[in-house]
Amino acid sequence: MKGWYAVVDEIILPLSRPTVGVAGRTGTWRVNRPVFNSEKCIKCRLCWLYCPDNVIDVNEANPSNFITIDYNYCKGCGVCVDVCPTKALTLVPER
Amino acid sequence: MGLVLTTLTGNYAVSYAVKLSRVKVVSAYPITPQTTIVEKIAQLIEDGEMDAEMIRVESEHSALAAAYGAASAGVRAFTATSSHGLLYMHEMLWWVAGSRIPLVMAVATRTIGPPWNIWTDHSDLMDQRDTGWLIAMAENNQEVLDETIKMFKITEDPRVYLPGIVGLDAFILTHTSEPVDIPTQEVVDQFLPDRRQPYVFKAGDPLIMGNIPKDLELNMRMREDIDKAMERAKKVIDEVDFEWGKLTGRRYGGLTECYRCEDAKHFIIGMGAWVGDMREAVDKLRSKYGVKVGLIKIRYVRPFPREDLIKWLSNASSAVVFDRSFSPGSGGHLFLETVAHASVAGVRTPIKNCLAGIAGVDVTYEDIVDVVLKSISEVEEVGTFKEFIEWYYRGGR
Repeated sequence: MKGWYAVVDEIILPLSRPTVGVAGRTGTWRVNRPVFNSEKCIKCRLCWLYCPDNVIDVNEANPSNFITIDYNYCKGCGVCVDVCPTKALTLVPER
Repeated sequence: MGLVLTTLTGNYAVSYAVKLSRVKVVSAYPITPQTTIVEKIAQLIEDGEMDAEMIRVESEHSALAAAYGAASAGVRAFTATSSHGLLYMHEMLWWVAGSRIPLVMAVATRTIGPPWNIWTDHSDLMDQRDTGWLIAMAENNQEVLDETIKMFKITEDPRVYLPGIVGLDAFILTHTSEPVDIPTQEVVDQFLPDRRQPYVFKAGDPLIMGNIPKDLELNMRMREDIDKAMERAKKVIDEVDFEWGKLTGRRYGGLTECYRCEDAKHFIIGMGAWVGDMREAVDKLRSKYGVKVGLIKIRYVRPFPREDLIKWLSNASSAVVFDRSFSPGSGGHLFLETVAHASVAGVRTPIKNCLAGIAGVDVTYEDIVDVVLKSISEVEEVGTFKEFIEWYYRGGR
């Protein structure tokens, strides 16, 4: 494995390990940014479950800031905002 | 050697080949005239004669996706389709080849609509030429069975590691019964080694296939690697043919077979079931008309038998390539490739294209005799052809 590709039996293959940022800093693709409001969060973890890019971390030990979004890789798809039952996540245009 | 022959349709010949190759996952969607291949396999599984999973899916795109997933996870996998189903599957063919995952598919070659038409031509098969799959085309049901088993060995050879198609003409082979020798399981087990592939996806050891490339030249090299593997496959196909011949007594030649070519001055080139009619035509042209005609049967479209064609055509007086598929605005697929490779090799032989049997139009050996006689007399009179691409209709015959 050499980052995004691998060489097996002298064949170059588009084969890689799923590591953080293996496709580059995809956060630069973002047009809209999900913003978290801790006060409205009911800790249901739906955003963590649904995030297609696995960029939402749950902080079990820190109830006052229950989730963290990794903006280096969040593409701003808005799925987390859509599934949030209490509007604790909102989509704000990037400037 | 006390050979016991069984009457099998081409489709059932595929089914038994898949069973004997100990395929573990079969995934398919029904389409005429492929359906009885997987119907038979489903029955063999249900009867406990074959130990495999049958995945029923909602489309051909998913059929190949499921077989591809199974093959990536390390088992021998198989699917079969035809015509519109194959076109719907087309995107996944690129994924399997680009991932270098060995996998075998049967294609019951059938016309593409509109209008809806279930009869044979080679448009569906030839539409897959650029995907990176090996593509073989069978002449009879015995070759269908043999080539399917051999294709597993060829595709799983580390020098190749590419998927492969075995083509058989709609109805002419798929639904016509012929005597076929079904080899014993012991013979096939002796012939087929355990499955090999460049990597295996395992639970608990996640991998990504096809991540965004950070280096486009390396991406280009991956396509070049497929081309190199195709070149290496030529030798592998020869070796496997030889080995299968030792076990069963049946050798077909590698990428091509040349019939009565030794003293031939004029050549017929074609592939698929109508090669049988071309053999008849060669015999007739020699016995009745006294012309020295030979037949080059194309067994593999990919890799293309460039060297064989150049060898046979370089000292020939003329050749007619019969195509059952073509590219509108250009010409017949086999013709275009034959003349391109012959031309760069300095072959000056006049080569003509006969577009016939398209949309399933029936072509007999007599039609082939007519076309070849006309083309020979034209070359002998004029030295070349006035028209290099001819649409052949039987017309008033």
